[in-house]
Amino acid sequence: MKRIDHAEASSFFIAEKENEAFHDKRLWDLRQKRDHQRDDVPEWNELRELASAIKEHTLSHLSDYLEQFEDNAKKNGAHVHWALDAEEHNRIVHEILADHGVNTLVKSKSMLTEECELRPYLARRGIDVIETDLGERIQQLDDEPPSHIVVPAVHKLRGNVADVFARTLGSDPDNDDPHYLSEQARVTTRPYFLAAEAGMTGGNFAVAETGAVVVCTNEGNADLSATVPPLQLASVGIEKIIPRTEHLAVFVRMLSRSAVGSPITQYTSHYRKPKDGGELHIVLVDNGRSERLGMEDFWTSLKCIRCGACMNTCPVYRRSGGLSYGGVYSGPIGIILNPTYDLRKYSNLPFASTLNGSCTNVCPVKINIHEQIYQWRRILSEHNQLPFVKKAAMKVTGKVLADPKAYRRTIAATDVAMEHLPRFLLYTRFNAWGKQREVPVTPDQTFHAWYLKNRGTS
Amino acid sequence: MRVALFVPCFIDAFFPEVAIATLELLERLGIEVEYPLDQTCCGQPVANSGCQEDAAGAEALFVKNFAGFDHIVTPSGSCTHHIRYHFDAIPQTDEVKQVRERTFELVEFLHDILEVDAFPWAEFPHKVGLHNSCGTLRSLRHASMSELGEPFFSKPLALLSKVKGIEMVTPSRPDECCGFGGTFSVFEEPVSAKMGYDKVTDHKNAGAEYIVSADNSCLMHQKGCAERLGVDLKFIHIAQILNGDNA
Repeated sequence: MKRIDHAEASSFFIAEKENEAFHDKRLWDLRQKRDHQRDDVPEWNELRELASAIKEHTLSHLSDYLEQFEDNAKKNGAHVHWALDAEEHNRIVHEILADHGVNTLVKSKSMLTEECELRPYLARRGIDVIETDLGERIQQLDDEPPSHIVVPAVHKLRGNVADVFARTLGSDPDNDDPHYLSEQARVTTRPYFLAAEAGMTGGNFAVAETGAVVVCTNEGNADLSATVPPLQLASVGIEKIIPRTEHLAVFVRMLSRSAVGSPITQYTSHYRKPKDGGELHIVLVDNGRSERLGMEDFWTSLKCIRCGACMNTCPVYRRSGGLSYGGVYSGPIGIILNPTYDLRKYSNLPFASTLNGSCTNVCPVKINIHEQIYQWRRILSEHNQLPFVKKAAMKVTGKVLADPKAYRRTIAATDVAMEHLPRFLLYTRFNAWGKQREVPVTPDQTFHAWYLKNRGTS
Repeated sequence: MRVALFVPCFIDAFFPEVAIATLELLERLGIEVEYPLDQTCCGQPVANSGCQEDAAGAEALFVKNFAGFDHIVTPSGSCTHHIRYHFDAIPQTDEVKQVRERTFELVEFLHDILEVDAFPWAEFPHKVGLHNSCGTLRSLRHASMSELGEPFFSKPLALLSKVKGIEMVTPSRPDECCGFGGTFSVFEEPVSAKMGYDKVTDHKNAGAEYIVSADNSCLMHQKGCAERLGVDLKFIHIAQILNGDNA
């Protein structure tokens, strides 16, 4: 698998100046709204501690809580399935749908189903999957993955959406009025709710003591998907388990505040039982999570509640867009999750960070994201996943820094190079520093030389 | 009190005036400062690239140079962060641990250890924007950070407020990273430069004539961006202002 080149992809993103500027501004606006909401909750940092502790407790007793969840869900009349990986998840979902003669599945956005690539899997088997949430629908129609886990089409301007809808839905290409565009999405999506034989959601939380799957949304499409068709499916990652309903009092207070800076999502729905005459199938999915749970440096990444706050605050994400990360997850959380799926493919991602630490400090469940990014760099180096040039340069640098005499010679050579090389040589495309920045003017002497001259040899 | 001056590699090579200001400032405050001549670098550029084993030599040499001092002071938040939190390519002997614990960034040393209450020689009649590097802000905790919503505090502002004539101005996103990030600045050049452009523009729009920081690596990047962008801003290390260097 080819390595994702985040730097190159970011240059294309930045070249679209209007999109980049809007993207940065829009997501920074979400970060600021989040700050305001946080200020309305005096015990915010206490809640973060609690949320983190509940998640760490649950993850360290995961098998017990999963079995408790299964027992209770079954008692409620739900069917519970276990999927070891994406392939098994897709097979289970397809079997359920095929058994019920389903031709059309309406679904609400779920990152897990993106992770499993469910849509193309079902499409190949003749089942139409319709995304019903606006952002995800835009992305489906444009044949692009979501660029953000909460606001999937945030990288698009309304003009871009008008183009996509004109091309795929036959709407007016010159009308980019947001009301007009959302109406186009609504009138073309609504009929599917009535036509579909099955509906699917993900799950934000799965409550062990009740067997309930809790879904938090703003548009209400998850509720339509779950309640209108007779057959209901919910795919849930095994890390979404929480022990008790009362723990939602912590998580629900933080989720939407962290995500988009609203006190709560418009809809917080608890699905426990199949509807009268219908069926409820819950698929619990591992897909690498157990393996991650065993990784000493990275297991706490499983605490993630997918709020996207780390993406909104990330200055690199805001200026490179989610698609530049080349994986299902993007931004800081994507940097630490994606390498667990494919170390080589995502080996550049841990370097797409300035390690500024803002992500860690907005995270509602206190994942030490930037420290995990740093740690991934070490792991990549140990597994020989750094580009040869970088690795070789670091070996030489390490040797020079360990040897005062060699170091002095190198510093002197740097001076000479800077003074005598003509400007056009410094500012070529091979010199990444000089491409968009001036290089510092070299002083007449180093501090070391100044010290020897002015203070003698002490 | 035996105090050693650690001059990071890029300050030695590109910004000797920052090291001179640091040395002179500490001496004005009555400190006898030693400068171990065989010093090179803390190894951060190598370790930050993931090459832990290649950082071992630089770390061992650092400890050899700086063992035995009561305080090791450096005009770099970034290097201090590295030494305090990531300097573990070599076995953590008592000597290594002691060197790590005794290394201080200049602002911390002035504010927390020396508790300096006046810089009578310093005057800086200009509009100045403060840039807290991410290492000083979120790791060394120079100042309150906007992510946490904690009560306001700022060690660099507390020191700068004692400088005659200085007027501080605040950009719209004071805590936003400027995009330097060490080797990030070259391996992720497009985003790095864009972040730098946005940062200097934000400071300029706030009315700043100067940007001051405890980290010259951030300033080197921002200066390069401002010059290319044609934004008229000057850059100065906090040691220079506190030392009363003429602007």
